[in-house]
Amino acid sequence: MQRQGLRTWLFLAPAGAWFLCMLVLPLIVVFVFAFGERGAAGGYVPAFTFENFANLGARWTAFQNTMILAPVGTLACLLIAYPLAYFLALRASVRWRTLLLILVIVPFWTSILIRSYAWIYLLGGQGIPSLVKAMGLGSIRLINTPFSVLVGIVYGYLPLMVFPIYVALERLDKRLLEASSDLGSPPWRSFLQVTLPLSMPGVATGCMLVFILLMGEFLIPALLGGGKVFFIGNALVDLFLQSRNWPFGAAVAVALVLVMLVTVAAYLRFTRRWAGGRDDVSLM
Amino acid sequence: MESNLNPATEARETPIAELRDASKHYGAVVAAQGLNLSIRRGEFLSFLGPSGCGKTTALRMLAGFESPTSGDVLLDGQRVNDVPPHQRPVNMVFQHYALFPHLTVAQNIAYGLRQRRPRPVEAEISRAVEQALETVRLPGFGPRRIWEMSGGQQQRVALARAIVNQPKILLLDEPMAALDKKLRRDMQIELQSLQRSLGITFILVTHDQEEALSMSDRICIMRGGRIVQVGSPRDLYDRPASRYVADFVGKSNFFPGQIASSAAGRTTLAAAGGLMIAGTAPVEIAAGRTATASLRPEQIALHRRAEGLPVTVVNRIFLGEHTEYLVRHTNLGEFLVLVSRQAEAAEGGFEPGDPAHASWPEGAALILADD
Repeated sequence: MQRQGLRTWLFLAPAGAWFLCMLVLPLIVVFVFAFGERGAAGGYVPAFTFENFANLGARWTAFQNTMILAPVGTLACLLIAYPLAYFLALRASVRWRTLLLILVIVPFWTSILIRSYAWIYLLGGQGIPSLVKAMGLGSIRLINTPFSVLVGIVYGYLPLMVFPIYVALERLDKRLLEASSDLGSPPWRSFLQVTLPLSMPGVATGCMLVFILLMGEFLIPALLGGGKVFFIGNALVDLFLQSRNWPFGAAVAVALVLVMLVTVAAYLRFTRRWAGGRDDVSLM
Repeated sequence: MESNLNPATEARETPIAELRDASKHYGAVVAAQGLNLSIRRGEFLSFLGPSGCGKTTALRMLAGFESPTSGDVLLDGQRVNDVPPHQRPVNMVFQHYALFPHLTVAQNIAYGLRQRRPRPVEAEISRAVEQALETVRLPGFGPRRIWEMSGGQQQRVALARAIVNQPKILLLDEPMAALDKKLRRDMQIELQSLQRSLGITFILVTHDQEEALSMSDRICIMRGGRIVQVGSPRDLYDRPASRYVADFVGKSNFFPGQIASSAAGRTTLAAAGGLMIAGTAPVEIAAGRTATASLRPEQIALHRRAEGLPVTVVNRIFLGEHTEYLVRHTNLGEFLVLVSRQAEAAEGGFEPGDPAHASWPEGAALILADD
């Protein structure tokens, strides 16, 4: 038993050390900084004050943008991803399925930076708006609006939503749908009563992945929001790298972590309930 | 079983279900070919055959999961080829039960009732669910989760989920395949008595001949997508139409040979070494054709006096009420003889290596066409 315990610890040591150095310690540093004061030339001066937290309101717009666009973006991804995943898992023939799945992943093989620049062009003055104008439908502005950020979000995060839902639907026992039909349920009711509830763990996982990553997103708002639509991520970049107000940046970061923790807790409760109290539903 | 009904009423009554020249093709693959079968009201019918014989396809055509490529499926005299499963008055017990994992036992059973329009009131539903649980001897299991139930219990839930709807026909797709032997035997008895008490027509698909023989009023034997023979278990046992059926239903000895003569219900087969075996042929076979003589082990008697074929005892297996002997004849090779306890007491037992004589009553052999 002693030896086995030792071996377990040995196996866990590298991951544990990584976790400690790269996650736990930095988090502690951020937490401590959040109660400090800004030095004259920026950086951190040890202190114990709640002033940084009291100041959070100064970055309210960033929180607001994030707290609106992250859920809306997640919902938009879900609404597009579910029918797509449904088609892939339950309707497409095996040959098409593989091809279409690859097509869903392919954009991931290119840098998000390049893809975002493509969108800048498409949504910018010479892209879609000029086309709309040429058709005589008036002039519209797309780039540097919340809409363009939303487009970028859906484009960039769609695969993360498609795959968990696809896996859940793929694993769905098709005989359950036959049983439902045999018991007198028309197809659309079978979908609502069997397919949808049984795919909820996949939906929850997809939403979780997309939502958490969106909360920390800064590249898409920076490129497609043009400094007009900025997220908490952009505020953090600004505070730490531009204005060098580390303690305030740390306070914003702590607030962000708290919001995420609440989300994860809600997610766990949610999946537990859908799994009917079973513990074998994976987090990711 | 068969003669319970007056032939006149039987002819007048519409069959509860009918297959008329029904075929199912998947591209070049023939799953079922020209099935003709009429299923009587309230009977227990089994489709019996090895996997891939078309029995499941036949059942799925009745349930509505498959529609025939050609031919017709009728329920209660109505052509239902294009009626989807959810509009057919039949219910199925699936091979692996297909219970809904996100619902409780009671919710699973109530599922069919909740699909009805107008929807029955909740009190009525829960009363029906309770009663169904009583019927399958699982009272009080309603609030349980499906994965908390054992295989045998899940089977009962699947059964309750189907019968609670009071279907015109209950379809059972190898429902006992996943149960262990003891449990399967209990369930067979229970299913049979349930069928009697409910009066619902049961259609069972199985590859287990014992199961089919012990439970069914009639058995439909299938092979390669076609119906080979339909009849009561006794019919099939006593008068198999082909070697395939004789082999599938019970044990039999087969002696290949050539038809020597065939006249007036009496056929003679020339077996190995010119040995003549006389018998009856259910289907007439022309002289000169190859055929097989089938003799059930219990039809053969084993004795010491020099009458019949001289054989040597090779092996003996004690089966309680019977003893099974494996004997060898110079020309016919090895075959089985089943000797009852009484006969053995009269004749005295045989040991391996003992010489003996085997005989059977005139005409006991069945001469069957090779297929």
